[in-house]
Order: sequence, then structure tokens, then C-alpha cells
Amino acid sequence: MRIRWATAAALIAAGVALTPGTALAAPTPTPSPGAVTVTRAGTSYLTATPVAAGQPVRVAASTGEHLYWSFPAAAGEVHEITAAVTLAQNRNGRSTWTVEVFDGLRRRQACTAGAQTPTADAAARTVGISCTMRRVRPWAEPWSGDPLPGTYYVRLAVVDVPEPDLGLPIDVDLLVSTTDDAGSSADDGRLEAALVPPTNAGTVLDAEPTVAPEGDGDDGWDLSLTGWLPEAGSRWIWTTGGGMLAAVAGVVGFALTRRPATR
Amino acid sequence: MINKRWSSAALLGLLTATTLAGPVPALADDRAEPPSEPPRVQLVLDVSGSMRATDIDGRSRISVAQQAFGEVVDALPDETQLGIRVLGATYQGKNKQQGCLDTQQIVPVGPVDRTQAKAAVATLRPTGFTPVGLALREAAKDLGAGTTARRIVLITDGEDTCAPPDPCQVARELAAKGTTLVVDTLGLAPDEKVRRQLLCIAAATGGTYTAAQSAEDLTDRLKQLVDRARDTYATTPAKVDGTNACPGAPLLSPGVYTDRESFSEHRWYRVPVRPGQELRASVSIALDRPVNPDHGVLLRATTADGRELVRGVDAGSGRTDVVSTGLRWSAGDDVERPEASDPTPEASASSAVTTVCLVVSNMFSPRADTAADPGMPVELTIDVVAASSAPDGPDLGRGWVLLLLLTLAGLLTGLVTGLLTRWWVATWRN
Repeated sequence: MRIRWATAAALIAAGVALTPGTALAAPTPTPSPGAVTVTRAGTSYLTATPVAAGQPVRVAASTGEHLYWSFPAAAGEVHEITAAVTLAQNRNGRSTWTVEVFDGLRRRQACTAGAQTPTADAAARTVGISCTMRRVRPWAEPWSGDPLPGTYYVRLAVVDVPEPDLGLPIDVDLLVSTTDDAGSSADDGRLEAALVPPTNAGTVLDAEPTVAPEGDGDDGWDLSLTGWLPEAGSRWIWTTGGGMLAAVAGVVGFALTRRPATR
Repeated sequence: MINKRWSSAALLGLLTATTLAGPVPALADDRAEPPSEPPRVQLVLDVSGSMRATDIDGRSRISVAQQAFGEVVDALPDETQLGIRVLGATYQGKNKQQGCLDTQQIVPVGPVDRTQAKAAVATLRPTGFTPVGLALREAAKDLGAGTTARRIVLITDGEDTCAPPDPCQVARELAAKGTTLVVDTLGLAPDEKVRRQLLCIAAATGGTYTAAQSAEDLTDRLKQLVDRARDTYATTPAKVDGTNACPGAPLLSPGVYTDRESFSEHRWYRVPVRPGQELRASVSIALDRPVNPDHGVLLRATTADGRELVRGVDAGSGRTDVVSTGLRWSAGDDVERPEASDPTPEASASSAVTTVCLVVSNMFSPRADTAADPGMPVELTIDVVAASSAPDGPDLGRGWVLLLLLTLAGLLTGLVTGLLTRWWVATWRN
């Protein structure tokens, strides 16, 4: 499966490299029909406004504010974030805008395509921002920074602006869309708990907790079938089909060696 | 044979069903308890002499503010408790010392009587000095202590004329006190000095700054800020004090914490992780004061004896609110088992629980005039969940190559078996 993705990605990459026009002609993401427009934005990770993929966001804000939204992602999905910022008139100079994506552990996530940090001239009325994320993987080593299922944070802000332009009103339109969903294969592992951060206030412990002594049942026979049987999936079908073909081929091979029947 | 095939088919069906009904990632964590107190907002309005200026859509600044306040009070959500404090509203004299004490609360923080609140605002006349610092301090007192976040919305048109106390310094002190206090600032037709001051106050408390250029701007923004107070007030982290070394560092359970860290300071925390569990930690350090453009944050997990397990790092350049990073770590399957020769249960129990040390450090460089105290706000999120095991290699195959290989193997086996049979039959006949 992974090889197929890699091949597909290579083909797409080659296609993009050869004909840049095809990439530009890709359909623009549209909100899902019937989705309720979100008119709020958070100002920190903890207060990020949850949105769903396909749910449009339209919010009025001030230049210089850091706006946060969060959305859930599942394994196999590719998300694209598109935003348009309508700027105030009579500005003093160029401004650079950015949309940054962080995973549930607040680790920065890369954009594989899109204008992530566009610069608007003093006369520009709107600035378009977009970011296509990496495909969410079902499992990754703890030491890696690969995108995993769970909550993702989007932060939209101005990163470079003349100081007199701070505080001017802006309008932000944002849409998180799922552009591709390859699903997840059991072969690629599974994350026991999605990267959804806790939001409750923590408590400081007084002493180190101790582990209750475990029973000796661990060394017994593992009688559950799910433990050693491969997980359900297309591999069962392929392998079974292969076995049947082998059986037929065996019979054919055996028959080929028979002397033509002498009547 | 038939029985076996049937049972595996049933098993296959069962497995498919469990895979399809797998867990769906939740958006919000349900561990957060509903707060017991209502959201609280304090509006602080500057009624100093300069508010008489008629430069917003041809109307005086104070009349625009009064209209906006009226509309905000009308649209106030029922559960939100609102208070209104004014500064420079009564003292008409020239004595600066006396004028700089001129701040009163005209509507106490609590359930709002709309008519009374609007009447109180309507009678305000621009008068005196601008003691912003003192008004902020008093406003924080009005809101009281509690576990939830409080919001102050400061509306002013002029620079503080009463420093000291410097309003920005006051804001930083208030933010460092422990209760989560956010000051949003609104500048009415602001000039450069006012903008700088309001930006500083907003940055020090994690609030926002808006330049209101029309009555509509001001009203919409005020309503948005009051709504925001209701939406986001419940999420407040617990306060913790990290130490400068791992031994004796606070032991943290899953949840969100807040701390303060100064320039080139290291803060240590400890988290107990049982075998089969995964530690997840993330940290954000806020840039609440002007620093040099390049910055970074480093979060390291080490064992008690200092061996590094994993690190999370992020760096950037330019304008930002927080710099954050995170890490995951699990003991894995090959963790050393406790020595069986040690018979004391206490020792074996403590070695079964790995205490991971977390150290937070920052790479901010202060400017010459940047205050180092109090430190910058640190937000630490700790979670301990079940560890995920690495996927094994698949036991079954897939693909056309597999089919071809199996078919060829079958054909070959058939041929060999056939030839062997022929040879055996021929030998037996002879």
C-alpha cells in the first residue's frame, strides 16, 4: 500500500513538475452543504475554537491578533487550509500573513503545498493563504514528528507589519477541507490514543505512585484468537485467492504429466 | 476441515466488524469539568478630558463610547457578569496627585441591571486625568480571585498621564499574580504613544489591541470581546513552580499547568510513567514583552540520572504570540525489568514506575530595556496514555505478484508430483 502511495505521489509530483497548469486548475475547496458558519476564533491553544472539515469560518478581527482554531483529523486524511484575509484600507505598508498548523502536542506541522506566508502590498485589499498538510499517518514512533490522528491547531496571524497598522480591522474567511482520504490499513499500526490534549487543570502529586503488584497470569497461555490471527483486511482475500489458484495450478500441473489415456 | 473453515470465516466477519467500529478521534476532551462560576468581564472606560474631542465620524469620542456601551449592555448574554469602571470622571481640579486617584466603579461586577447600567454610563462627562495603571489594578481587584479566567476591556484615547505606576508594568504584575487575567485594549483614534502603550498592555496579558476608527468598529469589537469572555473563560491551567534541578521537581499528573520562566532559565518537572504507558508533553512560552527577533523553545525528557530520552524543539523569527513544542515518549517493550534479586517491594515498585524529568528552556534574547522579572508565561500540558505498539510485519500477503508466485509454486508442485507418480507407477509396474 505504501509503495502504491509513493508511486502515486511520485507520479503526481512528476505531473506537477511537467505541467504546472494542472495544479492551478485544481478545484477550489468549497464548504460542505449545510455546514454552519463559525463566527468565532480563539486566542490561544486552550481557547481555540473547534471547527470541522468543510465548515466555513468567517470572523472579524484586528490586525496583530493571533487567531486559533482546532479541527480533528483521522488517519489517511489529507487536509487543506485555505484562508482569505480582507484588509483595512489606508495602510502604511506591506504586511506578511501566515497560517501555521500544529498537532495535538503543539508540534509544528509542515505544509506540502500552498502559499503559507504571502505578503500583501499596501494597496492590496485581500490576501489569500493556503496550506496543504501531510497525510495523517495511523501510527508513528514516539520519536518522530509525523502527523498523527487527533486534534490539529490552526493559527492565523500577521508576522510582519508596520507598527501603525496594528489594530486595524480585518475580516478572515477560513476553510479546513479534507482533500483526500486513503483510509488506514491495519498493517501500518494504530495509535492507542489519539493526540487529543487534556484541557483540565492538572494537580501536583505529593508522592510517586506505586504500581499494584501484577498477577502471574501474564505467563499463561494466550487463548484469545485475536492475539495471533492476522487482522481482517484484503490480505486474507489475496492470500486465499492465491491458495486456490495454486491448488488449481497444481492439479493442472499434475494433469500435464499424465500420459494421454490409452483406450 | 469444514468446521475450521467456517470458524475462521466467522472470525473474519467478527474482526471486520470490530475494525469498522473503531475509535473515532474526539475533538474535545471530556475530562474538563464544567466551571462553577459565571464568566466575568470588567469594562474600563477612560473619561478624561481628551474624550471631548470630536473626531470619530464627526461625533465626540465619549458619545461614541457611550453608544457602544449601551449596545453591549443590551446584547449581554444572561450568564455573563459585567462591571464598569471609569477613570478621570470626577476630579475637575489641576492637582495631579489628586487627579491621578480618580477612578470609580460605576457598575459593580455581577448580574447586570441593564437600565441602571445604561443610565450610569449616559451621565458620564469627560473631565480629568488618565490614571490607567491605577484603574487596571483596581479593576483586577473588582473581579476578585477565582479559578476561571477574567477579562478586562480597556477603552482609552490618551496616554497614561499618571505614571508611575507604568500601566504596562501593572499589567505584567497582574498577569503574574496567578489568576488568569486578560486585558484587551481598544484605542479610540489613537496616536503613536497610545498605540505603543496599549499594545504593551495587551501583549503583557495575552490580550488583543484594536484601533477603533468608527462607532461601528467599537461596538462590534466590544460585543466580540464580551462574547469571547463567555466562550473561553473556563479553561484555566493550574499553577506550578518548576525547580532548577530534577530531584525535588514537582510531580505532575495529566492536565494543564502554568508557570513563569525568565531568560536563560531552566525549569524542571517530573512525571511518573508506568510500563505500557506513553508520556505526552507540550509546552508553550509566551512572548509577553519585546525581545529580539529570533527565538526558540526546547523541551527535553530525561531519566532521573540525566540520560536524554527525547526532545522537542521549535524556533522561529519575527512576530508571534507563543513558541511551542511537544514530545512523546514511551518505555517500549525492551525496558529493563527490575532486578529480581532486590526483595524489598518498595524498591521494585518504584523502579517499575519510570519518573521522567522534563526540562523547559527558552532561547529568547532580551533587548537592552526588557524587564526580566517576572518571567515569561509557560503553559505546560501533560498527558499519560496507553502506549501504542509498533506494527508487526503482516502475516498474510497481497498483490498480483503473490498470486503469480503461488500459482507457479502450485504448478511446479503439481508437475513434480505428477512426474514422481509416473516414475513410481513405472517402477512398480516393472
